[in-house]
Amino acid sequence: MDAVTDTPADTAPSLEVSGLAFAYPDGHQALFGVDFSIARGERVALLGPNGAGKTTLVLHLNGILSGGTGTVTVAGLPVGKRHMAQIRRKVGIVFQDPDDQLFMPTVREDVAFGPAAAGLKGAELEARVDRALERVGMAEFKDRPPHHLSFGQRRRVAVATVLAMEPEILVLDEPSSNLDPASRRELADILRSLDVTVLMVTHDLPYALELCPRSLVLSEGVIAADGPTGELLSDDALMRAHRLELPFGFDPRSVTMGA
Amino acid sequence: MGAGHAHRLYRRGDSPVHALPPHTKLAAVFAFVLVVVSTPREAMWAFGVYALLLAVVAHHARVPAGFLLKRLLIEVPFVAFAVLMPFVAEGERVEVLGLSLSVSGLWGAWNVLAKGTLGVAASVLLAATTELRELLLGLQRLKLPPLLVQIASFMIRYGDLITDEMRRMRIARESRGFEARGVRHWGVLAKSAGALFIRSYERGERVHLAMVSRGYAGAMPVIDEVAASRAQWSHALALPAAALVVCLLGWML
Repeated sequence: MDAVTDTPADTAPSLEVSGLAFAYPDGHQALFGVDFSIARGERVALLGPNGAGKTTLVLHLNGILSGGTGTVTVAGLPVGKRHMAQIRRKVGIVFQDPDDQLFMPTVREDVAFGPAAAGLKGAELEARVDRALERVGMAEFKDRPPHHLSFGQRRRVAVATVLAMEPEILVLDEPSSNLDPASRRELADILRSLDVTVLMVTHDLPYALELCPRSLVLSEGVIAADGPTGELLSDDALMRAHRLELPFGFDPRSVTMGA
Repeated sequence: MGAGHAHRLYRRGDSPVHALPPHTKLAAVFAFVLVVVSTPREAMWAFGVYALLLAVVAHHARVPAGFLLKRLLIEVPFVAFAVLMPFVAEGERVEVLGLSLSVSGLWGAWNVLAKGTLGVAASVLLAATTELRELLLGLQRLKLPPLLVQIASFMIRYGDLITDEMRRMRIARESRGFEARGVRHWGVLAKSAGALFIRSYERGERVHLAMVSRGYAGAMPVIDEVAASRAQWSHALALPAAALVVCLLGWML
């Protein structure tokens, strides 16, 4: 997106969260002051056990949840009622179940939904859809209904629906869940090829190591660690303290990263 | 269950009827049915002409007669009671093959049967030449309340998903040795239906979340602009126009 409306976008980090705390109306407090910042173009994994508050945090990033304390800033723009439409365009969330994400009768209409809601029309809209599908390698499935695709293909289309909005930051909720190894690798290749900031919420630790140079550990509503993924995964005490376990036989120290 | 795109009523083709914009076809079928319904039942020849008009449309749409007739069977349960009318209606009676039938009942049965069949035939032709998705676009274009169109489009998208969920629940029940035999097991089925409802409701909430995240603010964005030229309108409306002439003749003769 050509940032025309906001001037500080070039220098500001893609995402800045500071002092974010939130309790649900039933009194359950999910976040206790979360601080972190993601620079433009970074790929960061957000790790944490079930119930750590990962989903709650994600829903704050585009203003679906709000009302706690602290601030979220996306490319210099504070998340709040005033810029909601713009924020929703800048923060692309790919939800865990692609059947929730793909709600239109055909792939094409689904990918077009976001940009069309932002007011794009005609040839420009069509070009945007084609480009997004091209980037995830699903161009030939344009006119298919989503439920006729394989799970891996649906996940890729779900990524395309968000890419079509040309977001500042792509937020993926458990991108590798339910994927077979081939689809997993295909998705990894796609994510690596994108030139957007990525925040990947996952407890698939090898996948985080493969894709994200930097990781955050969210545990009990606070950021418990922030550093290079390889280092965090090698820190046995840290891992054990936050219920993060590597798969059997996996040693992060023995993995040599290509890039 | 109708699978999104390839619903069983649709017949792929590239005839001139297929190519007409969906809202012109919807308008034409609606007008045609109105005209047919307002034709006096005594003008029996008029209904023959209507059938002929539909046959001409079917020919242009390259829909074979067998395809059309087989799908007409859908009206059988609806017109079954029309067959009863000659037996139960009051008034003057005639003998047919040794049965005493009511004259007004016979006229009533003919009325329901003829008008119903023509209406269904026109709808089947519409469905055979228009994809479901296009129909929705047409309805949207004809300014049907957007909420209704949205609900219908979600039904298309999620119908299969819910059927699938239902199937998985049945398999899970049967894998644990459950077999529905009689009234005592209705409770279990009712609970399954309840669980299905809750799951669908929760999915609805998640879908809404996904929609809001992509900028949904209460109205579906228009993705496909369907427009019809004057020529396309006149082609589509040729059917109800011809029918109207027949209807007026029916009233005058």
